Amino acid sequence: MKKLKVGWFSFTGCEGSIIIFIELMNENFFKWRDVIDFKYFRTFKSKNDMEDLDVAFVEGAISNYKEEEMLKQIRKNCKKLVAIGNCACTGNPSNLRNFFDSDTKQEIQFILDRFGHREKVSALSEIVKVDDSIPGCPMIEDLFLQKLKQYLKDFGVSDA
Amino acid sequence: MHKDFDINIEHISKTEGHASIEINVKDSKVEDVKLKVNENKRFFTQGIRNKPFEIIPQLISRICGTCSTAHLTCNIEAIEKALGVKPSEQTMLLRKLTMYGLMIRDHAMHLYFFCLPDMFGKDSVLDFDESKNHLIEQAFEVKAAGNNLSKLIAGRAVHAIYEQIGYFSSIPKMEDVKKSINELKSVRNNVVDLIQLFYDSNFNFERQTNFVALVTDDFNFVEGKIKSFDGIIIEESDYWDYLNRVVIPYSQATGFQFEGKEYMVGALSRMNLNKDALHKDTKNELGKILNVFPSMNIYHNNLSQAIEILHSIDHSIEILESNDFKEEKKPEIKAKQGKGVGVVEAPRGTLYHMIDLDKEGKVRYGNFVIPTAQNQIKMENDIRILVSKIIDKDKHEIQHEIEKMIRAYDPCMSCASHFLKIRWK
Repeated sequence: MKKLKVGWFSFTGCEGSIIIFIELMNENFFKWRDVIDFKYFRTFKSKNDMEDLDVAFVEGAISNYKEEEMLKQIRKNCKKLVAIGNCACTGNPSNLRNFFDSDTKQEIQFILDRFGHREKVSALSEIVKVDDSIPGCPMIEDLFLQKLKQYLKDFGVSDA
Repeated sequence: MHKDFDINIEHISKTEGHASIEINVKDSKVEDVKLKVNENKRFFTQGIRNKPFEIIPQLISRICGTCSTAHLTCNIEAIEKALGVKPSEQTMLLRKLTMYGLMIRDHAMHLYFFCLPDMFGKDSVLDFDESKNHLIEQAFEVKAAGNNLSKLIAGRAVHAIYEQIGYFSSIPKMEDVKKSINELKSVRNNVVDLIQLFYDSNFNFERQTNFVALVTDDFNFVEGKIKSFDGIIIEESDYWDYLNRVVIPYSQATGFQFEGKEYMVGALSRMNLNKDALHKDTKNELGKILNVFPSMNIYHNNLSQAIEILHSIDHSIEILESNDFKEEKKPEIKAKQGKGVGVVEAPRGTLYHMIDLDKEGKVRYGNFVIPTAQNQIKMENDIRILVSKIIDKDKHEIQHEIEKMIRAYDPCMSCASHFLKIRWK
Protein backbone atom coordinates (compact mmCIF):
# COMPACT_ATOMS: atom_id res chain seq x y z
CA MET A 1 0.00 0.00 0.00
CA LYS A 2 1.22 3.45 -0.88
CA LYS A 3 2.23 5.65 2.04
CA LEU A 4 2.99 9.34 2.40
CA LYS A 5 6.75 9.66 2.94
CA VAL A 6 7.21 12.14 5.75
CA GLY A 7 10.12 13.67 7.65
CA TRP A 8 9.98 15.76 10.82
CA PHE A 9 12.94 18.06 11.45
CA SER A 10 13.59 20.21 14.52
CA PHE A 11 15.93 23.19 14.41
CA THR A 12 16.42 26.03 16.91
CA GLY A 13 13.32 26.32 19.05
CA CYS A 14 11.48 24.72 21.93
CA GLU A 15 10.30 21.66 20.00
CA GLY A 16 6.79 22.27 21.21
CA SER A 17 5.12 21.48 17.89
CA ILE A 18 6.50 17.95 17.77
CA ILE A 19 4.97 17.47 21.22
CA ILE A 20 1.62 18.57 19.77
CA PHE A 21 2.17 16.16 16.87
CA ILE A 22 2.80 13.31 19.33
CA GLU A 23 -0.30 14.35 21.32
CA LEU A 24 -2.34 14.25 18.11
CA MET A 25 -1.22 10.63 17.79
CA ASN A 26 -3.34 9.83 20.87
CA GLU A 27 -6.33 9.81 18.51
CA ASN A 28 -4.63 9.13 15.20
CA PHE A 29 -1.67 6.75 15.64
CA PHE A 30 -3.15 3.57 14.18
CA LYS A 31 -4.73 5.45 11.29
CA TRP A 32 -1.48 7.26 10.51
CA ARG A 33 0.70 4.17 10.87
CA ASP A 34 -1.14 2.67 7.89
CA VAL A 35 -0.82 5.67 5.60
CA ILE A 36 2.36 7.46 6.68
CA ASP A 37 5.94 6.28 6.31
CA PHE A 38 7.85 8.15 9.04
CA LYS A 39 11.15 8.14 7.17
CA TYR A 40 12.85 10.76 9.31
CA PHE A 41 11.64 11.03 12.88
CA ARG A 42 14.50 11.17 15.39
CA THR A 43 12.22 11.49 18.36
CA PHE A 44 10.92 7.98 17.72
CA LYS A 45 13.76 6.09 16.03
CA SER A 46 17.53 5.96 15.49
CA LYS A 47 17.61 4.81 11.84
CA ASN A 48 16.46 7.75 9.79
CA ASP A 49 16.49 8.46 6.08
CA MET A 50 15.78 11.86 4.58
CA GLU A 51 15.93 10.95 0.90
CA ASP A 52 12.96 11.28 -1.41
CA LEU A 53 10.41 12.67 1.02
CA ASP A 54 6.94 13.72 -0.06
CA VAL A 55 6.53 16.17 2.80
CA ALA A 56 9.13 17.63 5.17
CA PHE A 57 7.70 19.23 8.29
CA VAL A 58 10.27 21.63 9.69
CA GLU A 59 9.99 23.31 13.10
CA GLY A 60 12.41 25.81 14.59
CA ALA A 61 14.39 28.74 13.20
CA ILE A 62 17.82 28.58 11.58
CA SER A 63 20.59 29.74 13.90
CA ASN A 64 23.86 28.18 12.70
CA TYR A 65 25.53 27.23 9.42
CA LYS A 66 25.09 23.53 10.03
CA GLU A 67 21.34 24.00 10.27
CA GLU A 68 21.34 26.15 7.14
CA GLU A 69 23.14 23.41 5.21
CA MET A 70 20.77 20.74 6.53
CA LEU A 71 17.73 22.82 5.59
CA LYS A 72 19.03 23.13 2.02
CA GLN A 73 19.52 19.35 1.94
CA ILE A 74 15.97 18.83 3.12
CA ARG A 75 14.71 21.16 0.39
CA LYS A 76 16.51 19.09 -2.26
CA ASN A 77 15.05 15.89 -0.89
CA CYS A 78 11.39 16.79 -0.49
CA LYS A 79 8.49 17.70 -2.70
CA LYS A 80 6.73 19.90 -0.15
CA LEU A 81 8.46 21.77 2.64
CA VAL A 82 6.16 22.94 5.43
CA ALA A 83 7.21 25.49 8.06
CA ILE A 84 5.80 24.41 11.42
CA GLY A 85 5.25 26.82 14.31
CA ASN A 86 6.15 30.48 14.74
CA CYS A 87 9.94 29.99 14.95
CA ALA A 88 10.04 28.33 11.52
CA CYS A 89 7.46 30.72 10.05
CA THR A 90 8.81 34.01 11.45
CA GLY A 91 11.97 33.28 13.45
CA ASN A 92 10.32 34.58 16.62
CA PRO A 93 11.02 34.04 19.53
CA SER A 94 14.19 32.05 18.72
CA ASN A 95 15.54 35.20 17.10
CA LEU A 96 15.78 37.22 20.35
CA ARG A 97 19.46 37.85 19.70
CA ASN A 98 18.74 39.60 16.38
CA PHE A 99 17.41 42.51 18.44
CA PHE A 100 20.13 42.77 21.11
CA ASP A 101 21.95 46.07 21.57
CA SER A 102 25.63 46.17 20.68
CA ASP A 103 26.83 45.55 24.27
CA THR A 104 24.72 42.41 24.61
CA LYS A 105 25.77 41.28 21.14
CA GLN A 106 29.37 41.62 22.20
CA GLU A 107 28.68 39.65 25.38
CA ILE A 108 27.45 36.61 23.45
CA GLN A 109 29.75 36.86 20.43
CA PHE A 110 32.27 34.28 21.71
CA ILE A 111 29.51 31.66 21.92
CA LEU A 112 28.32 32.49 18.43
CA ASP A 113 31.87 32.07 17.15
CA ARG A 114 32.54 28.88 19.08
CA PHE A 115 29.47 27.06 17.81
CA GLY A 116 29.37 28.34 14.25
CA HIS A 117 26.34 30.55 14.51
CA ARG A 118 25.08 32.72 11.69
CA GLU A 119 25.01 36.46 12.07
CA LYS A 120 21.26 36.35 12.57
CA VAL A 121 18.56 33.83 13.29
CA SER A 122 16.30 33.35 10.27
CA ALA A 123 12.88 32.05 9.39
CA LEU A 124 12.98 29.15 6.91
CA SER A 125 11.67 31.23 4.03
CA GLU A 126 14.70 33.53 4.22
CA ILE A 127 16.85 30.58 3.17
CA VAL A 128 14.76 28.17 1.07
CA LYS A 129 11.43 28.08 -0.70
CA VAL A 130 8.65 27.19 1.73
CA ASP A 131 5.53 25.62 0.23
CA ASP A 132 3.22 25.91 3.18
CA SER A 133 3.10 27.27 6.74
CA ILE A 134 1.38 26.17 9.91
CA PRO A 135 1.92 29.00 12.41
CA GLY A 136 1.16 29.08 16.12
CA CYS A 137 3.20 28.67 19.25
CA PRO A 138 2.87 25.74 19.39
CA MET A 139 1.41 25.02 15.91
CA ILE A 140 -2.38 25.21 15.51
CA GLU A 141 -3.59 21.62 15.83
CA ASP A 142 -6.62 21.80 13.55
CA LEU A 143 -4.70 23.49 10.78
CA PHE A 144 -2.06 20.76 10.91
CA LEU A 145 -4.70 18.01 10.71
CA GLN A 146 -6.37 19.77 7.81
CA LYS A 147 -3.10 20.16 5.87
CA LEU A 148 -2.01 16.60 6.53
CA LYS A 149 -5.33 15.35 5.18
CA GLN A 150 -4.81 17.48 2.09
CA TYR A 151 -1.32 16.05 1.51
CA LEU A 152 -2.58 12.48 1.90
CA LYS A 153 -5.07 13.30 -0.84
CA ASP A 154 -2.69 15.25 -3.08
CA PHE A 155 -0.11 12.47 -3.05
CA GLY A 156 -2.75 9.87 -3.85
CA VAL A 157 -2.47 8.02 -0.56
CA SER A 158 -6.07 8.42 0.53
CA ASP A 159 -9.12 10.20 -0.83
CA ALA A 160 -10.47 11.10 2.60
CA MET B 1 44.34 -7.77 23.58
CA HIS B 2 44.49 -4.03 24.02
CA LYS B 3 41.85 -2.12 22.21
CA ASP B 4 42.02 1.35 20.71
CA PHE B 5 38.86 2.85 19.32
CA ASP B 6 36.72 5.95 19.18
CA ILE B 7 32.97 6.12 19.39
CA ASN B 8 31.09 9.06 17.97
CA ILE B 9 27.37 9.11 18.39
CA GLU B 10 26.37 12.06 16.32
CA HIS B 11 22.72 12.24 17.36
CA ILE B 12 21.32 10.45 20.37
CA SER B 13 17.83 9.51 19.21
CA LYS B 14 14.68 9.13 21.28
CA THR B 15 15.53 11.97 23.65
CA GLU B 16 14.31 15.54 23.85
CA GLY B 17 16.49 17.67 21.64
CA HIS B 18 19.98 17.23 20.23
CA ALA B 19 23.07 15.78 21.90
CA SER B 20 26.13 13.85 20.83
CA ILE B 21 28.82 11.79 22.56
CA GLU B 22 32.53 11.39 21.83
CA ILE B 23 34.53 8.63 23.50
CA ASN B 24 38.21 7.79 23.06
CA VAL B 25 39.56 4.43 24.17
CA LYS B 26 43.29 3.70 24.23
CA ASP B 27 44.94 0.50 25.46
CA SER B 28 41.48 -0.67 26.61
CA LYS B 29 41.20 2.39 28.83
CA VAL B 30 38.59 5.08 28.48
CA GLU B 31 40.66 8.22 27.99
CA ASP B 32 37.96 10.75 27.33
CA VAL B 33 34.19 11.09 27.36
CA LYS B 34 32.45 14.16 26.02
CA LEU B 35 28.71 14.52 26.22
CA LYS B 36 27.84 17.48 24.05
CA VAL B 37 24.54 19.22 24.13
CA ASN B 38 24.04 20.53 20.61
CA GLU B 39 20.93 22.60 21.01
CA ASN B 40 21.52 26.10 19.81
CA LYS B 41 21.34 28.73 22.46
CA ARG B 42 18.56 31.25 22.16
CA PHE B 43 19.92 33.58 24.84
CA PHE B 44 16.84 33.88 27.00
CA THR B 45 18.99 35.08 29.90
CA GLN B 46 19.94 38.15 27.87
CA GLY B 47 16.61 38.32 26.04
CA ILE B 48 14.53 38.94 29.17
CA ARG B 49 16.65 41.84 30.42
CA ASN B 50 14.82 45.16 30.68
CA LYS B 51 11.53 43.55 29.74
CA PRO B 52 8.49 44.09 31.99
CA PHE B 53 7.66 41.23 34.37
CA GLU B 54 4.17 40.76 32.86
CA ILE B 55 5.52 39.20 29.66
CA ILE B 56 8.34 37.12 31.19
CA PRO B 57 6.50 33.87 32.09
CA GLN B 58 5.08 33.31 28.59
CA LEU B 59 8.45 34.13 27.01
CA ILE B 60 10.33 31.82 29.39
CA SER B 61 7.80 29.06 28.68
CA ARG B 62 9.29 28.98 25.16
CA ILE B 63 12.54 27.55 26.50
CA CYS B 64 11.10 24.10 26.16
CA GLY B 65 7.98 22.67 24.57
CA THR B 66 8.27 19.40 26.43
CA CYS B 67 8.18 20.82 29.94
CA SER B 68 6.95 24.34 29.23
CA THR B 69 4.47 24.18 32.12
CA ALA B 70 7.29 23.50 34.58
CA HIS B 71 9.14 26.60 33.37
CA LEU B 72 5.94 28.62 33.41
CA THR B 73 4.99 27.55 36.95
CA CYS B 74 8.53 28.08 38.26
CA ASN B 75 8.88 31.48 36.64
CA ILE B 76 5.51 32.68 37.91
CA GLU B 77 6.53 31.61 41.43
CA ALA B 78 9.80 33.57 41.16
CA ILE B 79 8.01 36.72 39.98
CA GLU B 80 5.34 36.39 42.69
CA LYS B 81 8.04 36.12 45.33
CA ALA B 82 9.81 39.17 43.88
CA LEU B 83 6.58 41.20 43.95
CA GLY B 84 5.24 39.85 47.24
CA VAL B 85 2.14 38.33 45.61
CA LYS B 86 0.56 35.43 47.48
CA PRO B 87 -1.52 33.09 45.32
CA SER B 88 -4.82 31.75 46.72
CA GLU B 89 -5.26 28.20 47.97
CA GLN B 90 -7.29 27.37 44.89
CA THR B 91 -4.56 28.74 42.63
CA MET B 92 -2.02 26.48 44.35
CA LEU B 93 -4.30 23.46 43.83
CA LEU B 94 -4.70 24.31 40.16
CA ARG B 95 -0.91 24.61 39.86
CA LYS B 96 -0.45 21.18 41.39
CA LEU B 97 -2.97 19.78 38.89
CA THR B 98 -1.18 21.57 36.03
CA MET B 99 2.07 19.88 37.04
CA TYR B 100 0.33 16.50 37.42
CA GLY B 101 -1.03 16.79 33.87
CA LEU B 102 2.51 17.48 32.67
CA MET B 103 4.00 14.55 34.61
CA ILE B 104 1.43 12.08 33.28
CA ARG B 105 1.82 13.16 29.66
CA ASP B 106 5.58 13.66 29.64
CA HIS B 107 6.60 10.57 31.64
CA ALA B 108 4.23 8.48 29.53
CA MET B 109 5.79 9.69 26.29
CA HIS B 110 9.26 8.96 27.57
CA LEU B 111 8.52 5.53 29.02
CA TYR B 112 6.30 4.11 26.29
CA PHE B 113 8.04 5.58 23.26
CA PHE B 114 11.67 6.12 24.25
CA CYS B 115 12.32 3.33 26.80
CA LEU B 116 10.02 0.43 25.89
CA PRO B 117 11.63 -0.12 22.46
CA ASP B 118 14.92 -0.85 24.32
CA MET B 119 13.13 -3.35 26.54
CA PHE B 120 11.60 -5.18 23.58
CA GLY B 121 14.79 -5.06 21.49
CA LYS B 122 13.23 -2.80 18.85
CA ASP B 123 14.45 0.47 17.44
CA SER B 124 11.08 2.19 17.54
CA VAL B 125 7.50 1.97 18.65
CA LEU B 126 6.80 2.20 14.91
CA ASP B 127 8.42 -1.26 14.54
CA PHE B 128 6.25 -2.97 17.15
CA ASP B 129 4.20 -5.81 15.66
CA GLU B 130 0.49 -6.45 16.16
CA SER B 131 1.06 -8.29 19.44
CA LYS B 132 2.00 -4.95 21.01
CA ASN B 133 -1.03 -3.04 19.73
CA HIS B 134 -2.70 -3.34 23.11
CA LEU B 135 0.27 -1.73 24.83
CA ILE B 136 0.36 1.11 22.30
CA GLU B 137 -3.34 1.70 22.87
CA GLN B 138 -2.69 1.85 26.61
CA ALA B 139 0.15 4.32 26.01
CA PHE B 140 -2.02 6.74 24.07
CA GLU B 141 -4.84 6.45 26.60
CA VAL B 142 -2.51 7.42 29.46
CA LYS B 143 -0.94 10.24 27.47
CA ALA B 144 -4.36 11.54 26.46
CA ALA B 145 -5.54 11.56 30.09
CA GLY B 146 -2.55 13.75 31.00
CA ASN B 147 -2.98 15.95 27.95
CA ASN B 148 -6.68 16.43 28.67
CA LEU B 149 -6.01 17.24 32.32
CA SER B 150 -3.54 19.94 31.18
CA LYS B 151 -6.10 21.30 28.72
CA LEU B 152 -8.81 21.35 31.37
CA ILE B 153 -6.76 23.10 34.04
CA ALA B 154 -4.25 25.21 32.12
CA GLY B 155 -5.80 25.62 28.67
CA ARG B 156 -3.30 23.53 26.75
CA ALA B 157 -0.42 21.13 27.27
CA VAL B 158 2.30 23.21 25.60
CA HIS B 159 2.68 26.90 26.52
CA ALA B 160 -0.36 26.87 28.79
CA ILE B 161 -2.57 29.96 28.65
CA TYR B 162 -4.66 30.05 31.87
CA GLU B 163 -1.82 30.02 34.40
CA GLN B 164 -0.99 33.62 35.30
CA ILE B 165 0.98 35.57 37.87
CA GLY B 166 -1.25 35.37 40.99
CA TYR B 167 -4.24 33.47 39.53
CA PHE B 168 -5.79 31.30 36.82
CA SER B 169 -7.61 33.22 34.09
CA SER B 170 -10.11 30.41 33.54
CA ILE B 171 -11.58 27.99 36.08
CA PRO B 172 -12.56 24.43 35.09
CA LYS B 173 -16.27 23.68 34.81
CA MET B 174 -17.67 20.96 37.04
CA GLU B 175 -19.01 18.83 34.17
CA ASP B 176 -15.54 18.80 32.57
CA VAL B 177 -13.96 17.99 35.93
CA LYS B 178 -16.21 14.91 36.15
CA LYS B 179 -15.12 13.80 32.69
CA SER B 180 -11.47 14.17 33.63
CA ILE B 181 -11.94 12.17 36.85
CA ASN B 182 -13.50 9.32 34.86
CA GLU B 183 -10.75 9.40 32.28
CA LEU B 184 -8.02 9.36 34.94
CA LYS B 185 -9.72 6.42 36.67
CA SER B 186 -10.03 4.54 33.38
CA VAL B 187 -6.27 4.64 32.65
CA ARG B 188 -5.15 3.72 36.17
CA ASN B 189 -4.76 0.02 35.40
CA ASN B 190 -2.69 0.79 32.30
CA VAL B 191 -0.20 2.54 34.56
CA VAL B 192 -0.15 -0.35 37.03
CA ASP B 193 0.80 -2.63 34.09
CA LEU B 194 3.50 -0.17 33.02
CA ILE B 195 4.99 -0.10 36.52
CA GLN B 196 5.11 -3.90 36.53
CA LEU B 197 7.01 -3.91 33.22
CA PHE B 198 9.71 -1.62 34.59
CA TYR B 199 9.78 -3.46 37.91
CA ASP B 200 10.40 -6.76 36.10
CA SER B 201 13.12 -5.31 33.86
CA ASN B 202 16.64 -6.57 34.52
CA PHE B 203 18.41 -3.45 33.19
CA ASN B 204 20.98 -2.46 35.75
CA PHE B 205 23.69 0.14 36.26
CA GLU B 206 24.43 0.98 39.88
CA ARG B 207 26.71 3.64 41.22
CA GLN B 208 26.71 5.54 44.48
CA THR B 209 25.85 9.20 44.13
CA ASN B 210 24.06 12.02 45.92
CA PHE B 211 20.38 12.69 45.16
CA VAL B 212 18.67 16.07 45.41
CA ALA B 213 14.98 16.99 45.14
CA LEU B 214 12.29 19.40 46.30
CA VAL B 215 10.15 17.35 48.68
CA THR B 216 6.75 17.82 50.35
CA ASP B 217 4.55 15.71 52.55
CA ASP B 218 2.04 15.06 49.73
CA PHE B 219 4.54 14.53 46.88
CA ASN B 220 3.31 17.51 44.85
CA PHE B 221 5.82 19.02 42.47
CA VAL B 222 5.31 22.68 43.31
CA GLU B 223 6.13 23.29 46.98
CA GLY B 224 8.49 22.12 49.69
CA LYS B 225 12.06 22.12 50.86
CA ILE B 226 15.11 20.92 49.01
CA LYS B 227 16.61 17.80 50.46
CA SER B 228 19.75 15.83 49.65
CA PHE B 229 20.38 12.14 50.17
CA ASP B 230 23.30 12.93 52.46
CA GLY B 231 20.96 14.78 54.80
CA ILE B 232 20.99 18.47 53.93
CA ILE B 233 17.66 20.34 54.06
CA ILE B 234 17.47 23.83 52.59
CA GLU B 235 14.94 26.50 51.65
CA GLU B 236 14.14 27.07 47.97
CA SER B 237 15.68 30.53 48.12
CA ASP B 238 19.05 29.17 49.28
CA TYR B 239 19.49 26.46 46.62
CA TRP B 240 21.88 28.50 44.50
CA ASP B 241 24.31 28.83 47.44
CA TYR B 242 24.88 25.08 47.39
CA LEU B 243 25.64 24.83 43.67
CA ASN B 244 28.81 25.24 41.66
CA ARG B 245 28.57 25.99 38.01
CA VAL B 246 31.01 23.88 36.00
CA VAL B 247 32.19 25.03 32.60
CA ILE B 248 31.95 22.38 29.90
CA PRO B 249 33.57 24.13 26.95
CA TYR B 250 32.55 21.60 24.27
CA SER B 251 28.89 21.62 25.22
CA GLN B 252 26.24 24.28 24.69
CA ALA B 253 25.04 23.46 28.21
CA THR B 254 26.67 24.03 31.56
CA GLY B 255 27.21 21.47 34.34
CA PHE B 256 26.55 21.74 38.08
CA GLN B 257 27.86 20.29 41.34
CA PHE B 258 26.01 20.24 44.66
CA GLU B 259 28.36 21.13 47.53
CA GLY B 260 31.28 20.54 45.17
CA LYS B 261 30.24 17.04 44.17
CA GLU B 262 28.40 15.18 41.44
CA TYR B 263 24.68 14.61 42.11
CA MET B 264 21.48 13.62 40.45
CA VAL B 265 18.03 15.20 40.19
CA GLY B 266 14.86 13.65 38.76
CA ALA B 267 12.27 10.97 39.45
CA LEU B 268 14.77 8.57 41.04
CA SER B 269 15.92 11.31 43.44
CA ARG B 270 12.34 12.11 44.40
CA MET B 271 11.56 8.46 45.04
CA ASN B 272 14.78 7.87 46.99
CA LEU B 273 14.11 10.89 49.20
CA ASN B 274 10.35 10.92 49.60
CA LYS B 275 8.55 7.68 48.69
CA ASP B 276 6.61 7.71 51.98
CA ALA B 277 4.77 10.85 50.82
CA LEU B 278 3.22 9.15 47.76
CA HIS B 279 -0.59 9.09 47.66
CA LYS B 280 -2.11 6.39 49.86
CA ASP B 281 -3.87 4.73 46.90
CA THR B 282 -0.55 4.56 45.06
CA LYS B 283 1.18 3.03 48.06
CA ASN B 284 -1.62 0.49 48.59
CA GLU B 285 -1.49 -0.50 44.94
CA LEU B 286 2.29 -0.95 44.81
CA GLY B 287 3.07 -2.71 48.10
CA LYS B 288 6.47 -4.35 47.94
CA ILE B 289 7.48 -2.66 44.69
CA LEU B 290 8.33 0.42 46.74
CA ASN B 291 10.91 -1.59 48.70
CA VAL B 292 13.19 -1.16 45.69
CA PHE B 293 13.91 2.38 46.94
CA PRO B 294 16.30 3.84 47.83
CA SER B 295 18.05 2.55 44.73
CA MET B 296 21.32 3.46 43.02
CA ASN B 297 20.27 1.76 39.76
CA ILE B 298 19.85 4.45 37.11
CA TYR B 299 17.25 2.33 35.30
CA HIS B 300 15.05 2.66 38.36
CA ASN B 301 14.66 6.27 37.26
CA ASN B 302 12.18 4.87 34.74
CA LEU B 303 10.41 2.75 37.36
CA SER B 304 10.19 5.94 39.45
CA GLN B 305 8.66 7.85 36.54
CA ALA B 306 6.02 5.14 36.09
CA ILE B 307 5.20 5.30 39.80
CA GLU B 308 4.96 9.09 39.57
CA ILE B 309 2.36 8.75 36.82
CA LEU B 310 0.21 6.66 39.18
CA HIS B 311 0.69 9.10 42.05
CA SER B 312 -0.18 12.03 39.76
CA ILE B 313 -3.39 10.25 38.74
CA ASP B 314 -4.35 9.33 42.31
CA HIS B 315 -3.67 12.75 43.80
CA SER B 316 -5.38 14.53 40.88
CA ILE B 317 -8.51 12.41 41.34
CA GLU B 318 -8.55 13.31 45.03
CA ILE B 319 -8.11 17.05 44.39
CA LEU B 320 -10.71 17.08 41.61
CA GLU B 321 -13.25 15.10 43.66
CA SER B 322 -12.91 17.14 46.84
CA ASN B 323 -12.92 20.72 45.53
CA ASP B 324 -15.48 23.07 44.08
CA PHE B 325 -13.58 25.45 41.84
CA LYS B 326 -14.93 29.00 41.72
CA GLU B 327 -14.13 32.15 39.78
CA GLU B 328 -11.69 34.28 41.76
CA LYS B 329 -10.86 37.94 41.45
CA LYS B 330 -7.59 38.76 39.79
CA PRO B 331 -5.27 40.02 42.54
CA GLU B 332 -3.88 43.51 42.27
CA ILE B 333 -0.26 43.32 41.22
CA LYS B 334 2.04 46.32 41.38
CA ALA B 335 5.53 46.66 40.01
CA LYS B 336 8.25 46.94 42.62
CA GLN B 337 11.89 46.26 43.11
CA GLY B 338 12.84 42.84 44.42
CA LYS B 339 14.32 39.41 43.90
CA GLY B 340 12.34 36.18 43.89
CA VAL B 341 13.18 32.50 43.64
CA GLY B 342 10.90 29.80 42.24
CA VAL B 343 11.68 26.11 42.56
CA VAL B 344 9.56 23.27 41.19
CA GLU B 345 10.15 19.64 40.39
CA ALA B 346 10.03 19.43 36.60
CA PRO B 347 9.64 15.92 35.10
CA ARG B 348 13.44 15.68 34.85
CA GLY B 349 14.22 17.17 38.24
CA THR B 350 14.69 20.28 40.32
CA LEU B 351 14.17 23.48 38.36
CA TYR B 352 15.33 26.84 39.80
CA HIS B 353 14.46 30.32 38.53
CA MET B 354 15.66 33.56 40.11
CA ILE B 355 14.26 36.85 38.86
CA ASP B 356 15.58 40.24 39.91
CA LEU B 357 13.27 43.19 39.13
CA ASP B 358 13.94 46.93 39.20
CA LYS B 359 11.47 49.44 40.68
CA GLU B 360 9.52 49.62 37.41
CA GLY B 361 9.16 45.86 37.43
CA LYS B 362 11.61 45.32 34.59
CA VAL B 363 14.04 42.41 34.70
CA ARG B 364 17.52 43.34 35.82
CA TYR B 365 18.81 39.79 35.90
CA GLY B 366 17.58 36.22 35.69
CA ASN B 367 19.33 33.06 36.83
CA PHE B 368 18.14 29.59 35.87
CA VAL B 369 19.24 26.08 36.83
CA ILE B 370 17.97 23.29 34.62
CA PRO B 371 17.57 19.60 35.60
CA THR B 372 19.45 18.09 32.67
CA ALA B 373 22.37 20.47 33.21
CA GLN B 374 22.56 19.32 36.84
CA ASN B 375 22.78 15.70 35.71
CA GLN B 376 25.35 16.27 32.99
CA ILE B 377 28.44 15.53 35.12
CA LYS B 378 26.95 12.33 36.52
CA MET B 379 25.89 11.24 33.04
CA GLU B 380 29.44 11.65 31.73
CA ASN B 381 30.93 9.80 34.70
CA ASP B 382 28.41 6.99 34.24
CA ILE B 383 29.26 6.66 30.56
CA ARG B 384 32.96 6.46 31.40
CA ILE B 385 32.41 3.66 33.92
CA LEU B 386 29.89 1.84 31.76
CA VAL B 387 32.28 1.77 28.79
CA SER B 388 35.16 0.46 30.93
CA LYS B 389 32.90 -2.34 32.19
CA ILE B 390 31.82 -3.50 28.75
CA ILE B 391 34.96 -2.63 26.81
CA ASP B 392 35.28 -6.18 25.40
CA LYS B 393 31.95 -6.01 23.63
CA ASP B 394 31.75 -4.86 20.04
CA LYS B 395 31.49 -1.19 19.29
CA HIS B 396 27.92 -1.35 18.09
CA GLU B 397 26.79 -2.97 21.30
CA ILE B 398 28.72 -0.47 23.45
CA GLN B 399 27.09 2.36 21.56
CA HIS B 400 23.64 0.90 22.11
CA GLU B 401 24.29 0.43 25.85
CA ILE B 402 25.39 4.07 26.14
CA GLU B 403 22.33 5.38 24.37
CA LYS B 404 20.09 3.14 26.44
CA MET B 405 21.60 4.47 29.66
CA ILE B 406 21.33 8.10 28.55
CA ARG B 407 17.66 7.52 27.75
CA ALA B 408 17.14 6.21 31.29
CA TYR B 409 17.95 9.73 32.49
CA ASP B 410 15.33 11.20 30.14
CA PRO B 411 17.53 14.21 29.37
CA CYS B 412 16.05 17.35 27.80
CA MET B 413 18.63 19.09 25.67
CA SER B 414 16.40 22.02 24.71
CA CYS B 415 16.25 23.03 28.34
CA ALA B 416 19.84 22.25 29.12
CA SER B 417 21.36 24.63 26.64
CA HIS B 418 19.39 27.79 26.90
CA PHE B 419 20.74 29.52 29.95
CA LEU B 420 24.44 29.40 29.35
CA LYS B 421 26.21 32.52 30.40
CA ILE B 422 29.74 31.46 31.14
CA ARG B 423 32.95 33.18 30.27
CA TRP B 424 35.41 30.83 28.68
CA LYS B 425 39.00 31.99 28.70
